[in-house]
Amino acid sequence: MFDFGQVIDFLPQLRTGLYYTLLISVVGLLAGFVLGAIFGLGRISKNKFFFVIASIYVEVVRGTPVLVQAIWIFFALPIITQYNMDSITAGIVVIAINSGAYIAEIVRGAVDSIDKGQMEAGRSLGLNKHQTMRYIIWPQAFKRMIPPLGNQFIISIKDTSLLSVILVPELMFQGRYIASNHFNAVEIYTTVALFYLVINFSLSLLLRYIERRLNY
Amino acid sequence: MITVQDLHKSFGDNEVLKGIHCEVEEKEVVCVIGPSGSGKSTFLRCLNLLEDITSGDVIVDGYNLKDKATDINMIRTEVGMVFQQFNLFPHKTVIENVMLAPRKVRKISADEARKRGEALLEKVGLAEKANQYPSQLSGGQQQRVAIARALAMEPKLMLFDEPTSALDPELVGEVLEVMKQLAKEGMTMVVVTHEMGFAREVADRVFFMDEGIIMEENTPEMIFTNPASERTKNFLNKVL
Ligand SMILES: Nc1ncnc2c1ncn2[C@@H]1O[C@H](COP(=O)(O)OP(=O)(O)OP(=O)(O)O)[C@@H](O)[C@H]1O
Ligand SMILES: [Mg+2]
Repeated sequence: MFDFGQVIDFLPQLRTGLYYTLLISVVGLLAGFVLGAIFGLGRISKNKFFFVIASIYVEVVRGTPVLVQAIWIFFALPIITQYNMDSITAGIVVIAINSGAYIAEIVRGAVDSIDKGQMEAGRSLGLNKHQTMRYIIWPQAFKRMIPPLGNQFIISIKDTSLLSVILVPELMFQGRYIASNHFNAVEIYTTVALFYLVINFSLSLLLRYIERRLNY
Repeated sequence: MITVQDLHKSFGDNEVLKGIHCEVEEKEVVCVIGPSGSGKSTFLRCLNLLEDITSGDVIVDGYNLKDKATDINMIRTEVGMVFQQFNLFPHKTVIENVMLAPRKVRKISADEARKRGEALLEKVGLAEKANQYPSQLSGGQQQRVAIARALAMEPKLMLFDEPTSALDPELVGEVLEVMKQLAKEGMTMVVVTHEMGFAREVADRVFFMDEGIIMEENTPEMIFTNPASERTKNFLNKVL
């Protein structure tokens, strides 16, 4: 009754979808990581201004749904700025800004969790604050960030499926398009689900491997 | 080497150091003893500005720490510190722990740093542990690595904050042995300790701290056999 063989005919479209899903995930998360590192350090900064800006950013993003963020950035922001973004750029921006806020909290938590004796030991040897962060605190914090970071990557990759509402031609968008034209929802959505599963499961394995490699 | 004049230190409303005066000469070994909470650690940490100074003067190696022109990172390279909890860098091997600061602060080459590091590990009896991680070592071994790490900067002065208090009793000896050796070689040392045997044997002078001041200072013989103040007497009765 179900004909999974026909899925082969739609593989080119699904592959295009997969390409955009991966593109937006990778570029969005890389940018999100940079944002997260900057604003995470803002959240532990003694500089009041930096701290307040970082906190507002984190709270706004955490307090609103991704779907609303996506729609706002794609449909509302251009009206305010008078600058039109194509949907793919908008998709990357959404993932970057959204993951950046959660990653900021991950960075803050990890850096906070490093014993303050480490900073003192570094400083007492004559390393300046920046050097101590770079050579001592950051590498240890980074290791602790891997599990929650992996979680966030997986959440963000799944969130890219919401970008179909702003017309990003990613995997879910392609799936919806095919299924509504060919009435093969079961086959296509099952395949789409499998694609996500494979991506995320591979990522899980990779992270577990990295974590093991960093054991000391 | 160290001159401290009327040093005060408060945490908020809590005044912990209430006017410390002292001198430590070059090559002198000073042990600081006193009850818990009397401000021993705080005093020591003021000497390399791990705590900022509320008021008073601390002059180390001719530099006034309060002076804006004093480069605190430069001072810290001259002042080694050993902590109760070792504070080794867990993500670096023993030799990397020892090499890091000379490389990044003194900017010496990796080869040079390694050579110096290996010599220091030899000196503290841990040459064969160079490539292990701190978590693979006993507490006593970790503390000896911490001493080697501080020495790698070739400091003029070493501060020890209860270096053996976190150790199992059977591991205390090996660390004190290394410290004795250092003292013999003429290192200037300020040692906060509960090891009265060590103070008696190694110290040139002993400071007894109580309630945020140095209540009494004298040679170990005098302090231990003939303490001047009632509080010193009481303290020693409790710990000896
Ligand atoms: N960072 C800090 N913030 C607030 N209070 C502090 C801080 N560090 C120390 N204190 C307080 O200063 C007082 C003296 O502490 P300090 O650690 O110098 O004592 P100590 O003589 O080293 O004691 P111990 O023998 O227990 O190590 C204590 O009352 C402590 O609570
Ligand atoms: Mg103490």
